[in-house]
Amino acid sequence: MTAETIIQSLASGLLMGLLYGLIAVGLALIFGLMDVVNFAHGEFLMIAMYATFFLFVFFAIDPLLSAPLVAAALFVFGAVVYLLIVRFAVRAKANAGMVQIFSTFGLAIVMRGLAQYFFTPDYRSVTHSWLGGKTVSIAGIYLPVPQLVGALVAIAAFGALYLFINRTDFGRALEATREDAGAVALVGIDKNKVFALGWGLGAALVGLAGAVMAIFFYIYPDVGASFALIAYVTVALGGFGSVFGAFAGGIIVGLVEATTAMLLPPSLKAVGIYAVYLLVVFVRPRGLFGSM
Amino acid sequence: MDTAFAERRRRDLIVACVLAAIAATVPLFVKDVYVQNIMVLTLMWGALSQSWNILSGYCGQISLGHALYFGLGAYTTALLFTKFGVLPWFGMLGGGVISALIAMALGYPCFRLRGHYFVIATIVIAEIGLLLFHNWDWAGAAMGIEIPARGDSWLKFQFPRSKLPYFYFALALACVAWFVTWWLEDSKWGYWWRAVKDNPEAAESLGVDVFNSKMGAAAVSAFLVAIGGSFYAQFVYFIDPESVMGFQFSLLMALPAVLGGIGTLWGPMLGAVILIPLTELTRSYVGGSGRGVDLIVYGGLIIAISLARPQGLIGLFSFKGLAGLSAAKRKEAVR
Repeated sequence: MTAETIIQSLASGLLMGLLYGLIAVGLALIFGLMDVVNFAHGEFLMIAMYATFFLFVFFAIDPLLSAPLVAAALFVFGAVVYLLIVRFAVRAKANAGMVQIFSTFGLAIVMRGLAQYFFTPDYRSVTHSWLGGKTVSIAGIYLPVPQLVGALVAIAAFGALYLFINRTDFGRALEATREDAGAVALVGIDKNKVFALGWGLGAALVGLAGAVMAIFFYIYPDVGASFALIAYVTVALGGFGSVFGAFAGGIIVGLVEATTAMLLPPSLKAVGIYAVYLLVVFVRPRGLFGSM
Repeated sequence: MDTAFAERRRRDLIVACVLAAIAATVPLFVKDVYVQNIMVLTLMWGALSQSWNILSGYCGQISLGHALYFGLGAYTTALLFTKFGVLPWFGMLGGGVISALIAMALGYPCFRLRGHYFVIATIVIAEIGLLLFHNWDWAGAAMGIEIPARGDSWLKFQFPRSKLPYFYFALALACVAWFVTWWLEDSKWGYWWRAVKDNPEAAESLGVDVFNSKMGAAAVSAFLVAIGGSFYAQFVYFIDPESVMGFQFSLLMALPAVLGGIGTLWGPMLGAVILIPLTELTRSYVGGSGRGVDLIVYGGLIIAISLARPQGLIGLFSFKGLAGLSAAKRKEAVR
């Protein structure tokens, strides 16, 4: 194994890691806001990928252009899911934790079933998009263009999210609700509205990730499952309650995955991610940057 | 209050014996193999969920990685039999002991974790197990293991021609899991577990050995789940990593307890009696098209029940309702 191949793998790992971060950040945002883990997060990613695919097939809109549309559609979807399901799940007086897990898990199963019903279990892919299959060479390292653009989108999204949370009224309302949902009601902030918008925002972020992923990944009803697990690990690794921990977590997960793939058979590459998660939480039970 | 509690426990035991006796006679009237198959699965999932409930319900340590112990039970039995000719009965015991030991070894570092960190740790540990078995050539890797059929035999625990022996074993397993729970409920462990679940700090300060109670719950829970896994391997004759260790399995094991009533004595069996026949029936009636309608129905049901009855369906049955429960159970079983 030469130094070149190592750098090559780490560079791809970094790009993938930024995308993992983007997939995970919506989950982290929702969790941080209201302590709810969305077990249908992978299915949110799945429908975003299908939406991108169909916009491409039927309206010839390239994934790069449809990404904002998909994110907007997912925003609405996320808010609706909150209003129709999650709002009632968090109200549960008994077993709130399990009710949240299983109502969102039930939603995941329904979404997979609907995808199978309407889109069939066939594998789809976006062929001949602007970026698909292209590579670029930077300082002798070959990088796939879709992943590179995905990484840039992820960085831009994190930047925008940072500004959004810190500089806008809604961002401040989000932070305040997260700190103390009871107190914000007293100053006239509608908790339900903030939660719904939070769900919308979290879903929009994973929608953005799905649009980018659709360029280079197969699309099928179960595609979300494996990414969802990585997203949970990413969020927990970064630490629950820390949106930017998800960003750091994503990068670490990407690099660890690339490193493991060099050392072990590729089918075992996820073992490295899981092992690193366990090592981190055994040493720091709140993840790297967690506050809860 | 103590006498009321003792009274309730005695009644629970009597109701359980009556239900078991009724269940045992059901196959005399129901000869349809398809229905018998559903009854076996119902009892098996009930037993698994009852075992899961010991660690996650009573002791409050939510595990979504119990597929690991199920898979270990299945693999231990299948490997010992196909590679060394060891009878499944010993494999079953071996799988149970191995799983209990592994549960404690894993519990040692994991039980320091709280909340979602713990849940995710259980998920990834089971996933690591899944991936290792996927890549372990000696254990059949992704191809899995086929258990060669050697004809009807209690010794080899194989019955290609009849579901009945499986039914009675599954019934026995469900009874054992229920009885263990019933017995532990009123033991020192049972009280410790509920204390640990409600408030670990307060429990610790009152002299409860929090860490060891979690370890004990994990060991009992893993042992019983592994027995279920070994039974499953003998029942289906073929196992591969996905079919016995996948993440879905962990969720499906938790589901009957959650829907029936987590941390309750009757919840897991009640959940299984309602959920498993429904799952199997939707799968055969609307799932055949392969178009996911069964998933839509199943997922919708999970959402509806978990939102409508957060405390579990068991809450619908006041004590007077236990007679109704037995009727419902009978009806489900006969169907």
